[in-house]
Amino acid sequence: MAVRTLSHVDVYAGYPEKKVTLYMLMLGFFALLLGTFFGPLQALNYGGIDAYPLLKPLVQSYYQGLTLHGVLNAIIFTQLFAQALLVYLPARELRMRPNMTLAWISWWMAFIGLGIAAIPLLGNAATVLYTFYPPLKGHWAFYVGAAIFVLSSYVSIYLVLDLWRRWKRANPGKITPLVTYLSLTHWLMWFLASLGLVVEVAVFLIPWSLGLIEGVDPLLSRTLFWYTGHPIVYFWLLPAYVVAYTILPKVAGGKLISDPLARLAFLLFLLFSVPVGFHHQFADPGISSGWKFFHTVLTLMVAVPSLMTAFTLAASLENAGRARGGKGLLGWIRALPWGNPVFLGPTLGLISFIPGGAGGFVNASFPLNQVIHNTTWIVGHFHLQVATMVTMSAMGAAFFLIPHLTRKPLVGIGYARASQWLWFIGMNLMGFALHWMGYLGVPRRAHISEVASQYQGAAPFMALNAISGVILFVAAGFFFYVIFATALQNRRLPEAQTPEIPFTEVVSGPEGNRVAQLTDRVGFWFAVAVILIVVAYGLPLIQMFTSLNPVPGMRLW
Amino acid sequence: MQDNHKVVEAYERGWLIFGLAMILVFIVIISYTVLNRGETISRGAGQIDVATVRTTSPFANPRVEQVGGEYVAYVQAFAFGYLPAEIKVKKGVKVTFYITSPDVQHGFYVEGTNINPQIIPGEVTKLEYVFKKAGTYRIVCNEYCGISHAQMFGKIVVEE
Repeated sequence: MAVRTLSHVDVYAGYPEKKVTLYMLMLGFFALLLGTFFGPLQALNYGGIDAYPLLKPLVQSYYQGLTLHGVLNAIIFTQLFAQALLVYLPARELRMRPNMTLAWISWWMAFIGLGIAAIPLLGNAATVLYTFYPPLKGHWAFYVGAAIFVLSSYVSIYLVLDLWRRWKRANPGKITPLVTYLSLTHWLMWFLASLGLVVEVAVFLIPWSLGLIEGVDPLLSRTLFWYTGHPIVYFWLLPAYVVAYTILPKVAGGKLISDPLARLAFLLFLLFSVPVGFHHQFADPGISSGWKFFHTVLTLMVAVPSLMTAFTLAASLENAGRARGGKGLLGWIRALPWGNPVFLGPTLGLISFIPGGAGGFVNASFPLNQVIHNTTWIVGHFHLQVATMVTMSAMGAAFFLIPHLTRKPLVGIGYARASQWLWFIGMNLMGFALHWMGYLGVPRRAHISEVASQYQGAAPFMALNAISGVILFVAAGFFFYVIFATALQNRRLPEAQTPEIPFTEVVSGPEGNRVAQLTDRVGFWFAVAVILIVVAYGLPLIQMFTSLNPVPGMRLW
Repeated sequence: MQDNHKVVEAYERGWLIFGLAMILVFIVIISYTVLNRGETISRGAGQIDVATVRTTSPFANPRVEQVGGEYVAYVQAFAFGYLPAEIKVKKGVKVTFYITSPDVQHGFYVEGTNINPQIIPGEVTKLEYVFKKAGTYRIVCNEYCGISHAQMFGKIVVEE
């Protein structure tokens, strides 16, 4: 392999969007590095071991560490990965350049917002967890920084809309290419979904934390938070689905079975992602059972595009395994490229998504939710969905994206492989332990090591949880070694050997397909999504806004 | 490849029909449970001025009352405990709980039951339950409420 050292100027000449994408991606993985550091500490806490006294005076309490873990991993990392991947991939697919000034503005907004929010987070002045439920009141800099960070995603929305509009103008009457279509629906969904959070923070929490208003309504705040708080998980998930649909089949050695079905799945996410938030509020007073039931039905409908995805991807992988010479009922599984870390990440993530999704049905089932509401069951659920499926897809993507963007070859492929297997094993053990503990009634978000003797009945699962935390610590160490050693090395491949983005081919394309043509009427479907939201949220929100019951803030940590 | 594709399409249709049927069955079961077993589901019993919770509201005197043949309990969930500190009822008798908070959000998870509402300041939560077994039930706060959240417990004593 010919390797030589080149200056930075050469690498990005002709592709300035590569540099901003790399900065987005690495800022996201840096946040994940910090946030993940606290993960094993949470796991040990639930095993009855309190490691937090060792971190004083840097970190004051378990709850401060938990806030950092949640905010950095679930809000910062996920958004930055979406901003990196789903602006860059459509630009590459369309062979067009996004507006570079705005692209850098979005990076700087994310960076500055993160910096502002980091000060109170690190100073224990905003230990309000990542849900920041009022009337617990954080320092204003936390809300202001978070707002600037989230608003940077609006620039990404505009960048992709602008790419799409320019392409449509140059190609009248043609169907939007697949990756661009999936990215576009993802960003439009996020625009609708983010409005709740934006209103909560900009209209209520920032003025309140600055002392301009006396109190805020906790129920309305919860409702606005969860208006965004459930679809935000699809905002995290869909970039992983883009990897699974448009990259994974090629990496596996095959083709995507159906292009129109991929479009249909994403369209259903655009329609059904947002009007489901009450399923996080089944236990709340002040929302009638009728509305909660309505959101239950809509939530179950969101399972449909994931069921479709499970089928399409499994069929595509079987197709790949057989194309590689796999025979018999299950022989195709052995034939898949299990040695390739780019394949391992998203595939092992998808496997974990099956038990995770099954648990999701329990959470969404209104009366059944009472059994597991606010227990570690919920934590187990989202560690299988977000910390496994979403994060492993991002890890798999990093293994090809960083070499593609920088022309630096991947360092330590053995460590990359081991990191994926260990992450998969660790997260599934943890998911199992947390689900079982939750079923036994162990509360989530609690400094359990203070009172571990109170939960003897769950002791074996709590020990298992602590062990899985240690496994994940090793997995994270391997992963971060690989990506930072890759990104920070001096070797670069010559330009002719730039690794390409492995975009997949499709078995059945969109040309002449009725479904594909219908899904391409993006403006119409966006309007349908708005109507569904108004139906599902209009009346309850009007009622809450017209009977505000403000409550003063408190700092109890 | 073309033939294979037709087979895949047929399987896919079958899978989607299976998925939709499964969801339909779930919706039927959920509807039945909500309508017939919904008494522990948290319901709103109106708003309350948090400033009055500890002074003039019905919660200022946290208690269990006997009304007719049933119990009515007025409970405060506060940082970091519950009032009354011990809720005493008899088994087999319906208890109607009214719960609110004078400060921040809390949980009121009664171990071994389906009682698990969110307690939100400014809102009164109402739910009903019949304890079928005598014994001591622990109440656990399962919503983060501050530094001593993990130590926030309460107690319900159900007598024969």
